[in-house]
Amino acid sequence: MPPETTNTLDLYFGDARSKLIDLGAFMDRVERNGDTEDFRYQAFLKALEAVKQAPRAESVLRSLSDPTDEPVAKAGSGPAIGAWKGLV
Amino acid sequence: MRYIEPHAHMVSRTTDDYTALVMAGCKAVCEPAFWAGFDRSSVHGFRDYFCQLTDYEPRRAAKFQLPHYSWICINAKEAEDPVFANEVIELIPEFLQRQNVLGVGEIGLNKNSVNEVAIFEKQVALAIEHDQLILVHTPHLEDKLKGTRLILDILKSHQGLDPNRVLIDHVEEHTIRQVLDQGFWGGITLYPESKCTPPRAVDMLEHYGDTNRLWMNSACDWGVSDPLALPKAILELRRRGFSETAIDRFVYQNPVEFLSQSPNFVVPE
Repeated sequence: MPPETTNTLDLYFGDARSKLIDLGAFMDRVERNGDTEDFRYQAFLKALEAVKQAPRAESVLRSLSDPTDEPVAKAGSGPAIGAWKGLV
Repeated sequence: MRYIEPHAHMVSRTTDDYTALVMAGCKAVCEPAFWAGFDRSSVHGFRDYFCQLTDYEPRRAAKFQLPHYSWICINAKEAEDPVFANEVIELIPEFLQRQNVLGVGEIGLNKNSVNEVAIFEKQVALAIEHDQLILVHTPHLEDKLKGTRLILDILKSHQGLDPNRVLIDHVEEHTIRQVLDQGFWGGITLYPESKCTPPRAVDMLEHYGDTNRLWMNSACDWGVSDPLALPKAILELRRRGFSETAIDRFVYQNPVEFLSQSPNFVVPE
């Protein structure tokens, strides 16, 4: 079921450009406020490296994931954060 | 365009949402048992919830001419206390007899704990014992990859389990391949802020749609979510050039094929 040819840039460049600028603004904000040592930001920086490796979405998701194999002894009380604290 | 909403927590939604679903072409809605946003304080709370899923909510949906189905279980987030969870599990067989129940779900893992694993295994065994379909919730965000691996290992350890009767939900780019490669069905959940956007969902369908073991859902609930996420994904499929035949398979025929394995599911006209 291959789709008919579509121009990916016509469809998505504007949206991706907007998100990229938002990322830059987010990084400026974190640096301005001195929050760069937070483990979430460190994980974010690692994910920026991961995005260079295709398949990129999968690489980013993997870089933010808990890489261990064994169940944890007890479930923590808080929600998932989006970055594994053990990474840094 | 006709479609099935295979995962929506309608007890958390308004009647306006029912109207919107029907007007968008939804032909049936399926509601797994889940965490209500707070931990229930007694087994009686679960009994009331299961009654709501199998009695009150189908009648509410019927007022909008929408068939409503449900799945029964104790969710992973409330499975950390094994004594409590086992008391809830004792309730489940009674509700599997209800006319709108499709199977056991959404079971799975939340924080990948030892107790969650034990309760998940027990509910898988219960589903097999009662010849039920299984709907699996995979964990959120950083816990998803590990949780999906653990879930797959547990499911594969049950030799009597047919993977074609199990759907593993909330797959993303880093988990979809292993789910499909092992013969299970996969669900792609469309959320505004987490899980998956319509463009990413369509990317995955481009890669894996030929398996015909995928569906999409909104999983709309009490949090940031969109009951019309599926019609919006249909629009995205059209923008990407998919034929109406292919779209119908993704959003109607695939769900019908999986759900029809339950004798309680009636194919909507």
